[in-house]
Amino acid sequence: MTATAQPFPPPQSATEAVEQALMGKQRDWRSTAFELALLASLLMALGILIWLLTDIFLRAVPVFQERDLFGFLTSPGSSNPLNAGIGQALLGSLLLMIFVAVLAIPIGIASAVYLEEYAADNAFTRIINTTVRNLAGVPAVVYGLLGIAVFVVLLKDWTGGPSIISGGLTLVIVVLPIVVIASAEALRAVPDPIREAGFGVGATKWEVIRSHVIPYAIPGILTGTILTIGRAFGETAPLLLVGAVTGFFSVAANAGVVERLQGPYTTLPTVIFSWSRQPRSEFRELTAAAIIVLLVLVLIINGLAIILRNRYARKW
Amino acid sequence: MQSETPTMYDADETDAQAPPVRDPSTAMDGRGATVNVGAVTAARPEAPAPAEAPESVFEVRELSAYYSSFRAIRDVELDIPRNRITAFIGPSGCGKSTLLRCFNRMNDLIPGAHIKGRVNYHGVDLYDSRVDAVEVRRRIGMVFQKPNPFPKSIYDNVAFGPRVAGYRGSMDELVESSLKRAAIWDEVKDKLKQPGTALSGGQQQRLCIARTIAVQPDVILMDEPCSALDPVATLKIEELMFELRTDYTILIVTHNMQQAARASDETVFLTMGDDRAGYLVEKGPTAEIFTNPRNQLTEDYVSGRFG
Repeated sequence: MTATAQPFPPPQSATEAVEQALMGKQRDWRSTAFELALLASLLMALGILIWLLTDIFLRAVPVFQERDLFGFLTSPGSSNPLNAGIGQALLGSLLLMIFVAVLAIPIGIASAVYLEEYAADNAFTRIINTTVRNLAGVPAVVYGLLGIAVFVVLLKDWTGGPSIISGGLTLVIVVLPIVVIASAEALRAVPDPIREAGFGVGATKWEVIRSHVIPYAIPGILTGTILTIGRAFGETAPLLLVGAVTGFFSVAANAGVVERLQGPYTTLPTVIFSWSRQPRSEFRELTAAAIIVLLVLVLIINGLAIILRNRYARKW
Repeated sequence: MQSETPTMYDADETDAQAPPVRDPSTAMDGRGATVNVGAVTAARPEAPAPAEAPESVFEVRELSAYYSSFRAIRDVELDIPRNRITAFIGPSGCGKSTLLRCFNRMNDLIPGAHIKGRVNYHGVDLYDSRVDAVEVRRRIGMVFQKPNPFPKSIYDNVAFGPRVAGYRGSMDELVESSLKRAAIWDEVKDKLKQPGTALSGGQQQRLCIARTIAVQPDVILMDEPCSALDPVATLKIEELMFELRTDYTILIVTHNMQQAARASDETVFLTMGDDRAGYLVEKGPTAEIFTNPRNQLTEDYVSGRFG
């Protein structure tokens, strides 16, 4: 008698009512459409990357087929594409990485330890923290200008002008903020109860930091800094500004270490940049081959970081 | 540090005291002295709670604790007797943990935290500017709410404290005696090289207690040591506290009133005032607090009518 007043017709049984409620839904087209849109975005990004890599790889194949790999990796730059290699570039990049490893990593970690563990939380520290974060976002080419002004011009007597030293110090400044941020994050991830436990048995601040905080943060610090080295490895713009040679050059055979470090240099990304502008078509293939070498090296560096992170990952 | 203490002593408070049975200054004094491991366990007879009034380890006078401008506890007056278990009970947020952390200057680590008033430890004002907080924490150890073993081996967990204190005796013996004292030796003796974090929660907490007693402190502060443990593990910790009472003065913060009732000699009840600052309502022998409290607030709390 009340059936007409009810918004829905009364079902015959409870089972039927539940069945209707649970199974009667239409397919949710809006979610499906959204899912497809997301998938399309992903495929587009991936597709472009795969296309690029395939293109470069196909171009590079002749170089690796016709020349022996060792020769390509060790010969110096040359205007003759049949002889041109990336030996000097690899050496230059390696020396720059040594600069970054020896200077940027210790200074960056020390700065992070100070900011996280020692500095009081006041306006001054907050300004420093914000500034470091902003510096990490400054385009590298701006640091290149700084490098010219300071290392190439101002400190010419020590660096030898546009030299490996100038390039190395410029790269150190480029990556320093990133090292500080990565290390600070890793230190912050060490829980306070661990610090309290150390203080609770009568350890000094330094003992707690040295024996506990830094050791537990080291995997995170290493992962961050290795990724940073990977980034520095591919950096081109600031090095072009502080004098990485974009052609070929020869080093005096009897030069000492300091003379070599104060002398001309080139790096892998710089060589890629300069070869890609050469008119002769053989250089296209060489460029592609050099890009493959750069990609493989960066992949190795990032892989190392991932292995370290997984191996020493710690749960609290 | 103890060599300068005579100037810090308050004459009228300490002159009458008999020399303590196990003077805190003789146990692994400072950094570098060697100490007899056996002395830890052999120092005292097993007799629990002697009848005569025991001497005070701490005398708290007009103590207020602040986090920046917020007053967390106000005007606490309290004496902590030696070789007893003193329990601090009270509703959440009444400042029990804050008060406990005043006893070993753990609050120093929190930016903005400071106190007014005095906390005397064997007559020495712990907050005197000449007092080294690191030495304070060596003598007044702490066990935390959540078991916090270092992510290192069980052995290294125990050995860290003595190492930084400059202990030069046999570390193996000290680790073994500390783990035995914490009633966990039998469970871990075959896996001392395994990480302390791989143990169960209750075992971790006993490891933390072993770590605390390895530096041979005078007092052990326990901040809700059983709140993360199951009833079996809780019982083990309580039995252990009773054991340790013969050698140490124990202060324990607990949320669990049954725990305070069954595992403490003295009970201090705190509650929160209208200004959200905790204050001391009543203190006394545990049996008295739980069976015959003088204050209505205490009675309401221990009978479960509030909090």
